[in-house]
Amino acid sequence: MSNFPSVAVDPDAAPITNEDLEQSVQDNDAAETPIAAPGVASGLSEPRAGLIEDQPRGAGAGAAIGVAAPGRLSSLDTLESEAIHIIREVVAEFEKPALLFSGGKDSVVMLHLATKAFWPGKVPFPVLHVDTGHNFPEVIEFRDRTVERLGLKLVVGSVQDFIDSGELAERADGTRNPLQTVPLLDAIQRNKFDAVFGGGRRDEDKARAKERILSLRDEFGQWDPRNQRPELWNLYNGRHTVGQHVRAFPISNWTELDVWRYIEREGIELPGLYYAHEREVFARDGMWRAVGEVSRPRENEPVISKTVRYRTVGDMSCTGAVESAAATVRDVVIEVAASTITERGATRADDRISEAAMEDRKKDGYF
Amino acid sequence: MSTDTFLPAPDLVAAALPTTLFRFATAGSVDDGKSTLVGRLLHDSKAILADQLDAVARTSADRGFGGAGATGTQAIDLALLTDGLRAEREQGITIDVAYRYFATDRRSFILADCPGHVQYTKNTVTGASTADAVVVLIDARKGVLEQTRRHLSVLQLLRVAHVIVAVNKIDLVDFSEDVFRDIEADVQKVGRELGLGSDGVADLLVIPVSALDGDNVVDRSDRTPWYAGPALLEVLESLPAADELESHLESFRFPVQLVVRPQGALAPDALAGGLDVGAYRDYRAYAGQITEGSVKLGDQVSVLTPGQAPRTTTVIGIDFAGRELAEAAAPQSVALRLADEFDVARGDTIAAAGTVREASADLYAALCWLSPKPLREGAKVLVKHGTRTVQALVRNVTGKLDLASFQLEPTTTLELNDIGHAQLRLAAPLPLENYLHHRRTGAFLVIDPLDGNTLAAGLVNDHPGDHEDERYSI
Repeated sequence: MSNFPSVAVDPDAAPITNEDLEQSVQDNDAAETPIAAPGVASGLSEPRAGLIEDQPRGAGAGAAIGVAAPGRLSSLDTLESEAIHIIREVVAEFEKPALLFSGGKDSVVMLHLATKAFWPGKVPFPVLHVDTGHNFPEVIEFRDRTVERLGLKLVVGSVQDFIDSGELAERADGTRNPLQTVPLLDAIQRNKFDAVFGGGRRDEDKARAKERILSLRDEFGQWDPRNQRPELWNLYNGRHTVGQHVRAFPISNWTELDVWRYIEREGIELPGLYYAHEREVFARDGMWRAVGEVSRPRENEPVISKTVRYRTVGDMSCTGAVESAAATVRDVVIEVAASTITERGATRADDRISEAAMEDRKKDGYF
Repeated sequence: MSTDTFLPAPDLVAAALPTTLFRFATAGSVDDGKSTLVGRLLHDSKAILADQLDAVARTSADRGFGGAGATGTQAIDLALLTDGLRAEREQGITIDVAYRYFATDRRSFILADCPGHVQYTKNTVTGASTADAVVVLIDARKGVLEQTRRHLSVLQLLRVAHVIVAVNKIDLVDFSEDVFRDIEADVQKVGRELGLGSDGVADLLVIPVSALDGDNVVDRSDRTPWYAGPALLEVLESLPAADELESHLESFRFPVQLVVRPQGALAPDALAGGLDVGAYRDYRAYAGQITEGSVKLGDQVSVLTPGQAPRTTTVIGIDFAGRELAEAAAPQSVALRLADEFDVARGDTIAAAGTVREASADLYAALCWLSPKPLREGAKVLVKHGTRTVQALVRNVTGKLDLASFQLEPTTTLELNDIGHAQLRLAAPLPLENYLHHRRTGAFLVIDPLDGNTLAAGLVNDHPGDHEDERYSI
């Protein structure tokens, strides 16, 4: 171990470009650490936009020597460190964790953090997706490509299967988000998962604001908000009895803006519908809905073509788009910083049902 | 309207730029306006978005809150911004610690809003354990209450670096300087009795505010001309965070979370990125989060394993996801490579050589009892310290702290919200350090082995009659 060879600075690493320097102006690390050479990412993430064509990738495990100035970590570095600590704690203390992966930005960030936590090893747990059957096709394609790229096992719980077998009934409003709980709990039980990572954030909702980072669920997957364990220092108590499991939320303390700034900094790839694109839409409940197989306009809902993007990616039947010209990650960061409404308020019909919609779903075992 | 087009203004580019992170908590008694203060901070720092504000305004109107506000707009009940649970809104009380997020162009804030009535000790201990600062509210009409003394006592015990006392409802005492100065003097007196703000461990600031009207919350008020100090948010923006205060001064501590040893099972994406398979075949590193201090390549460190003498070696690698760092500091999560192939496992601690106190199976501690199930002498519990959990026997409960008088009273049991002293015998020795100087390695959880619930927050005390410095070895 003492002559460990491969971490020396790679002399062949690509030179720093103007684009790197521009990036560094926006980059949290810029003040404290030298700019990492492109090869340094070691394939952890997709290369940053703008570096793809003109930079050789995979310049070996060449690593820049970075000096972190003690005590002056940026908020993103602090949040990243906290999340990695939590992910490692759960993997160390639980028998069989899994990560909820929908292809949505929060779960993509979670998976990225997991690759960093266990580098250079593989992510040591499978990913779990509860497929409503109403997902955007490009998101499913992205999900499969990501799982393939990271060599992960994918477990799918299917809402459609439960509807077909009569264990679930389609709702009158056609929304399938609330139906995800049963297939989720079934997948957890069948696979004996004792910890499930989720990308939930406390800034999303008032009920989530009260949830612990490690959140105990009973045999029925229920959350008991009035009887939660105190969470002290960075000591997480994941002990549970047979039948119970734990939901772990490593990015609890991140805001939507943090997530986007992190996506920008790390060059993380997302499904294309997070960025501005032309789409056939119609207006319903104050949101732009995509025209799709499960999302049909009614007679009085004219279809128009608009430049839109999605702030959340879920069930097509209840996720709305926002009008936006933000075509790049930088545009989105600026747009989110400027936004005057929350992402759920903007785009989730299911959270508009009542002020306690999320709390009620969580009590029943939702994410 | 969710179909709005976003039109970013130029100054919003600044809002998207990086900041540092600051964690603080709020604590107060019933009806001292804490939720209103939190709502005011969020509202005036523009952290509340339009749809959230609409929902709160609707509910405020439904309940007939306030009528028309002072500025001619509809007054809103700012407390509704933070009371998130159905039961809280129905009962009009705050039940549990709520976490809130807002940012200025200087800092990102995590706010732990700790309710003040039932279980205030539990909530305050929880919120304060991770806080860089705590804001304690006092009602200007009531002054320092017994509960204020209790709050300050808990904060002193938990070694919160910055304590800010907000004297709220200053509008209801006609912005009287005399009232404020009397309260300020009382607060400083309690602070002195506790050692808050006088022993270099913590500082204690007192600010007159009106959460309802916003005086001295975000901006300095012209209705308190006799107060020359900063507004609350100014203070929060300028205080050093815990890692800025401590990391240079403290010795390196690193509880090992797990061993990263892929043994050929390398990440496909890393391989696709050109990772040298041969070089990483025997890769072995110890993953964890630095809890205190900093580490550099070439540093001499000791590996502490229960039941073994400390083993000293050299740090030859500080890895972070493909980057090798020359140096790292708390609270970074990294993976360390060591020169010698010791058997190192989860639960071991890597520490700067020569700075480590001898591991001990005798644990003397202050316990903040957080469970409805009382502590009895002779109880068998679990102690979680760093990344290790061991069995423990409660040998003696040696006293209970009277938070109002700061005196230790004799007792043999601790109940919910009690803070007491106890002596425990551990099944394996742990590298325990005095919480007074080590806010992470001096902290532990007491866990119920039957149902896994967290029973207490533990703070390591010195052994009675011990002089701490004499216990350092190696």
